[in-house]
Amino acid sequence: MSAVTAPRPATASSHEGSSAPATPRRAFVEQVMGLPVSVHVRGELPAVQATEVEEAVGQVWSFLHKVDELFSTWRPDSELMRLRRGELDGADAHPWHEEVAQLCAQAQQRTGGLFTAAYPGSGGYDPTGLVKGWAVEKAAAHLANVPGISWCVNAGGDIVAGAGRGARPTSWRVGIEDPRSPGTVAASLDLAIGGLATSGTAARGLHIGDPRTGGAVDRAGSVTVWGPGLLWADVWATALFVDPVAGREALAAHDPAYRSFVL
Amino acid sequence: MRRITLWALSTLTTLVLLFSYHTSTSSRSAAATAPPVLAQAAAPSASSTPEATTPSGSPTTSGSSGSSGSGSTGSGSGSGSSSSTPSSSSSSSSSSSASAAKTYDGNAVSTRFGNVQVQITVAGGKITAAQVLQVPWNDHRDQEINSYAVPVLNSEVVQAQSATIDMVSGATYTSDGYIQSLQSAIDQAHL
Repeated sequence: MSAVTAPRPATASSHEGSSAPATPRRAFVEQVMGLPVSVHVRGELPAVQATEVEEAVGQVWSFLHKVDELFSTWRPDSELMRLRRGELDGADAHPWHEEVAQLCAQAQQRTGGLFTAAYPGSGGYDPTGLVKGWAVEKAAAHLANVPGISWCVNAGGDIVAGAGRGARPTSWRVGIEDPRSPGTVAASLDLAIGGLATSGTAARGLHIGDPRTGGAVDRAGSVTVWGPGLLWADVWATALFVDPVAGREALAAHDPAYRSFVL
Repeated sequence: MRRITLWALSTLTTLVLLFSYHTSTSSRSAAATAPPVLAQAAAPSASSTPEATTPSGSPTTSGSSGSSGSGSTGSGSGSGSSSSTPSSSSSSSSSSSASAAKTYDGNAVSTRFGNVQVQITVAGGKITAAQVLQVPWNDHRDQEINSYAVPVLNSEVVQAQSATIDMVSGATYTSDGYIQSLQSAIDQAHL
């Protein structure tokens, strides 16, 4: 149970009035995969304004658009939908489908079945719970090639941060929304390298199902997991929300590098 | 010799800084040692929790937020069951930075439930108000949710500033939309 950290109260504190000079920062937003994705980049001056930054951010968007094209469940003509309907043979599909399917199987195994891509209601296979984290983490790798910057990507609360080539990582303060107290940030933590994801019941209808029962998880609150990568932070956040006790045991057994807290 | 080089370099750096200052951000003040999201909260939120009380700095005026007509549509409809209305902050006025107050509209973010759009007011390099311009409004279920979700966002903006937050993570889908639209508004203020 080493995973639980005391959430820091969201008070303004040492950061205020810091005498450190402002590091130039740029931000980019793109609507993709059904949600706006933000890329924030920090760095000293020529580096952060270099065209490499824009190029890398462009590559991030291209990658995510490509993933959306292939995996969207909202586009009837996506490869995923055609695979589900049996119109597309697995061998003819983009290799990412195989990669994602294997990761889904791995996630199911590691989480002891708390995460699954096998849903009866969706053609038997729905990898979308994993695809976003996988895609954002992969897309962000383009930013790691840019010299002299640190970066942070936020895709609907799924966050990944890191540094560019030869650059020092910088901390990004992530606020975790309090699921029980609208309008407040319940905890915050600093992420310099790695991924962070939060799982919980959505304001709109059912969001997370319990693979063991087939029913929805009928519980308030949220679980935040962070660690070396976004993909697994996301998977574990889902697993721990489904069952905090079993999830934490599985996490400690398989991915001790990840930390969590429950709100 | 070395001293001259240093002097030349520092002058060059200063020039570069000045140059970028003017081109990249017109609204950033000298006090903006942090990104916009980190700016100190100027307007206390009506529903703030005890530990999230805003810093004791004097409230900055957000004079233009109350008068930006378009902003009142979304917030008005969302305020039915809310504990904090977005425009409530406009009454707090004591400082002199009103001249710099400017509003930025975030991108209209299309969620699967409809469009979400947020507007922020920036004065003196700080976000002084946030308003919702567009909310999904399709059926009764949506109305229920939005009357809940809209105030969440509006107070969260202020909260996030007081907590010097760079990014927000949360569990709710619509909240994502608001947060992200807010970030795009901040981006526009920043670019």
